[in-house]
Amino acid sequence: MKSFKILGDTPADAIARNIASAMMNRRRLLQVAGAGATAAVVAACGVGGNSDTEADSSEDFSDTEKQVDWSTWIGYIDVDEDSGARPTLDAFTAETGITVNYNEDYNDNNEFFAKVRPLLEAGKPTARDLVTPTDWMAGQWISLGYAQQLNDANIPNKSNLLPSLVDVPFDPGRVYSLPWQGGYGGLGWNKAKVKELTGSDQLQSLDDLFGPKLKGKISVLSEMRETVGCIMSHQGANPSDFTSDQFFNALDYLEGQISSGQIRSVTGNDYLAALESGDIVAAIGWSGDVAQLGEEFQFAIPAGGGILWTDNILIPVGARHKKNAETLMNYYYDPVIAAKVAAYVQYITPVNGAKEEAAKLDASLPDNPLIFPTDADLTNVTPFMLLDADTEKEYQDAFQAVIGN
Amino acid sequence: MQLFPGGSSKVFTRNNESRRSLTPYLLLLPGMAWLAIFFIIPFFSLFLTSLMAPAGESVLDGYKTAFQISNYFNAFSEYWPEFAKSLLYAASATLLALLIGYPLAYHIALRAGRWRNLMLVLIIAPFFASYLVRTYAWKTILADDSLITTALNAMHLLPQDRLLNTPIAVIAGISYNFLPFMILPLYASLERVDPRFLEASKDLYANPVRTFTKVTLPLSMPGVVSGTLLTFIPAMGDFINASLLGSTKDKMIGNVINSQFVIVRDYPQASALSFLLMSIILVIVFFYIRRAGTEDLV
Repeated sequence: MKSFKILGDTPADAIARNIASAMMNRRRLLQVAGAGATAAVVAACGVGGNSDTEADSSEDFSDTEKQVDWSTWIGYIDVDEDSGARPTLDAFTAETGITVNYNEDYNDNNEFFAKVRPLLEAGKPTARDLVTPTDWMAGQWISLGYAQQLNDANIPNKSNLLPSLVDVPFDPGRVYSLPWQGGYGGLGWNKAKVKELTGSDQLQSLDDLFGPKLKGKISVLSEMRETVGCIMSHQGANPSDFTSDQFFNALDYLEGQISSGQIRSVTGNDYLAALESGDIVAAIGWSGDVAQLGEEFQFAIPAGGGILWTDNILIPVGARHKKNAETLMNYYYDPVIAAKVAAYVQYITPVNGAKEEAAKLDASLPDNPLIFPTDADLTNVTPFMLLDADTEKEYQDAFQAVIGN
Repeated sequence: MQLFPGGSSKVFTRNNESRRSLTPYLLLLPGMAWLAIFFIIPFFSLFLTSLMAPAGESVLDGYKTAFQISNYFNAFSEYWPEFAKSLLYAASATLLALLIGYPLAYHIALRAGRWRNLMLVLIIAPFFASYLVRTYAWKTILADDSLITTALNAMHLLPQDRLLNTPIAVIAGISYNFLPFMILPLYASLERVDPRFLEASKDLYANPVRTFTKVTLPLSMPGVVSGTLLTFIPAMGDFINASLLGSTKDKMIGNVINSQFVIVRDYPQASALSFLLMSIILVIVFFYIRRAGTEDLV
């Protein structure tokens, strides 16, 4: 869901971004190769499928080993541009004596899950105390019994969670997970280039995106939920409550746009580089990403409606440092700390009170609708419906076939 | 040894022979162990997976060992267009690499003189950059407002008005990435061509074209065969070029296998596809080598 950290818009920055994305993709390759092999071996041993691993059976070494191993997305925390240090993490270590092994090894929900799933299935530790899956994937972790129940006594700041994010379908009452950051799936475009082609530098809805003037100059995301969700909203269906027919209608629409050549490519984070190079001029993309690209780009929730997502932190079964992980969660739910992170990453912060704290850092921050959503925006976005594993596979299979995989 | 024929060496014969009979096996051991652990065992596990059937109604039940050959028929009937595209792209890229690589290898082997080593280093130089970075570079080279695209567009030579995200880009990417694998075997076999043969051909009044078709080309055939194989086989299973340089309509079978393993997580289907790919490659290679009339892969 996340992409690179903030870079400027000089050619050198563009190259740096390309290389960063290439590195991410190389890591992705290694993960894919590893996941494929282990998955095959495990599957062959017949370990496949559900696990009944009980939630909090593992031993906690928090008191003797002062560390937390965290797997998360790249560019998802405040970074000091000059020194490369991560100020809030360093402050956490200074305050608690707990060292954080901060691994930016999340590039794709499915890939990461494929990598650790064989371990979880076999009841082996994943060597991670915190993982950062997106909402629907967090739902899979929880429903398969791979997440541990949080001990609220260690997380008093949990009360700062925004009320609207407490009773989410995948984790009612937030027993297992806490949101880290959130954002929208919607329209992103290059203002000048769109104006050149259409005469207006604004895009309102998917009709504009799929209009004849932008033929062959747009891309959509390879994440099923954002792409199909936006199309469903556009067709008048509700992405958080839809029928199979509505899903396949949206998929047919997508297939039509692909075979007509309207959609040039279906990509992950790559769309950012393509937007910058001008190979595409508009895309279905992610809010914070496009905001980070700079002034000449714009993000908007399409008139028909956009997709709201959150990335969540949870503790896998077999984690060695559960209490330390909870201490870390508690730390980042302090509004002062949350404001510092939000100011840097420009995604929606889930912490109540962060807005007031952000105003102290920079008076213009509370007016940034990407960090602190307006009510109007919130009525126009919706999370994607929670799918059970079989429906997930059916839809994902059909979606992958349409996007050429 | 030649100084003391017979005599002294005889004394050690028995000892030498027993050691000699063991040596090849000892030398083979690391390679064989490597193959057994990292190829043969995964190969069997992949094969078993490819025949698995769903263990219950739900995907959460996982898969159980079975003998479901229908996995193969389903995989092929559903994804034969991707197999066909992979074959087309890989074959085109191999041909392109041969057309580019042969003159280069010829020049380096027979004409380069003292520049030979430098040129060889330059051929290998791209390997110092990561495969992915190199492929990303092609995105920039073929971008819509790049020099080459605007020039070709001005001449109205591009059917889709662009290069990036077309089959042309995929084929170009594969050719580029595997070109050194084509050039090096070609070079190795051309370098071994005895120049006296070429002189003899000339002395017998063959013109340069005839010398090439009757002498140089036949002598370099082992290089052509191994070069094309080293290019074609990995190209068939490649998915990086198609995913970075192709459009949604230009995906290859490698992309399908990747998404079936990682995103859809239909392990039997993905394994069956992998096996089909291997079998198709094996059959093609078998007939190709027989046709080429040589099994001497340099």
